[in-house]
Amino acid sequence: MTAQLDVPERDPGLPDPSAPLIASGDLRRRDAVSRAVTASAAVAAFLAVAVLAILVFTVISKAWSVLSLSFIFTNPSGLDSGGIANALLGTIEIVAIAAVIALPVGILTGLYLTEFAGANSRSGRFLKLVLDLLQGLPTIIVGVVVYGLIVAVTHRQSGFAASVGLSIVMLPLIARSSQEVLLLVPGTLREAADSLGVSRWRTVLGVILPTAAGGIATGAILSIARAAGETAPLLVLDSIYDPNATQLNPFGHGVPNVPILILTTSDLPSPSALTRAWGAAFVLLAAILIANVAARIMLARSRRKMMG
Amino acid sequence: MSALRLRFRAGSGTEANRAGRTGDRILFALCAGAGLLAVLVLGEVVYQVISGARPAISKFGLGFLVHSRWAPNFSAFGAAQALVGTAITSIIALSIATPLGIAIGVYLAMMAPPPVRTVVGPLVEMLAAIPSVIVGFWGLIVFSPFVANHIEPALHNVLGFIPLFGAAQTTGFSLLTAGLVLTIMVLPIIAALSRDLFLTVPVELKEGAAALGATRWEIIRGVVLPTTASGVAAATVLGLGRALGEAIAVLQVVGDGTGIHSSLFQPGETLAARIANEFTSPESKLHIPSLFYLALILLVIGLVTSVLARMIATRFDVHRTLA
Repeated sequence: MTAQLDVPERDPGLPDPSAPLIASGDLRRRDAVSRAVTASAAVAAFLAVAVLAILVFTVISKAWSVLSLSFIFTNPSGLDSGGIANALLGTIEIVAIAAVIALPVGILTGLYLTEFAGANSRSGRFLKLVLDLLQGLPTIIVGVVVYGLIVAVTHRQSGFAASVGLSIVMLPLIARSSQEVLLLVPGTLREAADSLGVSRWRTVLGVILPTAAGGIATGAILSIARAAGETAPLLVLDSIYDPNATQLNPFGHGVPNVPILILTTSDLPSPSALTRAWGAAFVLLAAILIANVAARIMLARSRRKMMG
Repeated sequence: MSALRLRFRAGSGTEANRAGRTGDRILFALCAGAGLLAVLVLGEVVYQVISGARPAISKFGLGFLVHSRWAPNFSAFGAAQALVGTAITSIIALSIATPLGIAIGVYLAMMAPPPVRTVVGPLVEMLAAIPSVIVGFWGLIVFSPFVANHIEPALHNVLGFIPLFGAAQTTGFSLLTAGLVLTIMVLPIIAALSRDLFLTVPVELKEGAAALGATRWEIIRGVVLPTTASGVAAATVLGLGRALGEAIAVLQVVGDGTGIHSSLFQPGETLAARIANEFTSPESKLHIPSLFYLALILLVIGLVTSVLARMIATRFDVHRTLA
């Protein structure tokens, strides 16, 4: 009987509980490997920041000599001198029209995904797939498609065609970001409105959209910043224009714009033309980076507000 | 006050109900219409590209994919050179950006002290916000001379016995430069996505490994990377989509070369860059349809990549919710 109480055969795979508590294995080597990996990961992160710093520093240092208020507020005179006012105005106009097209469609699409299509409904999943595909579309393809749609029909490049192209680039970004923000709106708000007998559209307009407004605006700013620097569609849709004149009629006319100004000036042999291109790059980069920082701050604030 | 008003409205019966129902219908119609528009846009994209390419498809057929000669003034069109260029530049970009991006993701998610994390994370994402035309401009003026004078000679000296690393060119406009510029554009995407993925690894798993005596690297290799592998793969595929479709920055540094060469230091061409470069100045009748044919190839590759990334990501989601 007592023989059965002997210590049972141990599974050789398990550690021996009576073993002394001394670390096994080559601890020093394992520790060294771990440290090396940590160090190289830090180096990788440093590298990415360094690349950003080099890019920004290059743009600033090359643009420095040309930067002044008159560079922003005067039109160019020839390739070598003058400002970029017309291109700047044109870019603002093209992007504004694109935003007017893409914002309502994008936000409504986001609303459809959160308010009308169930989380796992077939239409919702299909629409999300479509938005992913649109977002993954190379922007040059957007350019040639709008070319076939508008430019090939009117036989003219135009600022409006560029706006349509940019709006296609913006649409999936706005739709997905609005959807994500709308999902964050607490369900209790919807239930409270429902229990008061408020109809769905009043809930959406009066409760859900105002709550999500900050986050939706963040997404809108980010997509606008993205569109402002987009060059490939403009190359096909809006690159033929008089570079020295202000042209604000987007219908049937090419509208001067900053990305094409940079692109067409970037391979000119004249140093002063290059400096102007760097100046334009500086203005564009500054606007985009400031928009990104602002969007980030807004997002943090609206998150805080929404979480209570 | 408002409660009283609401009760009054509820009491007023069918009229308010009807208004509510009409409003609901209008809102639904608007939202569904917007969603439908998004679907139509995608359909239009596919239709336009196919119909634009049709003359070239019927003339060249699938042989277009394997012919490398591209001479618009002789009406000779083939996609092989641009396909090879696209593949090479994307491979260069991904093979550098993937390990670096994962390392940055690991650093930001698990290693960096909080102050560093809150500064470096947004900076890395900011790198993705720089317009491609500015990255390309920098690549054209600053980076390609650097590649020509330093990187290419160094690679040629060490690895010159491999035909990939032939004699350095004077301009620096090459597939290698294009690949390196693409690396800069792909890196922040992979880094930010993989950081977000690593942050989702349950802390119990990490602490469990730590309690068993695993070092930080062993936790990463044994727990974090295996649980997020498919997500990281999806992030890489998304980066690939970006690298394949980038037109402007590549156009500025790839050198618009002809022919397929063994050396990475030779100028080349990619699908997107060729479309961007030649679309506004056609030289013969089939030139535009051939560019549309290139766009169709790019579209198919792009859609497949997006679907692939999505499939990997959904599998990952399902996996995570089950666990």
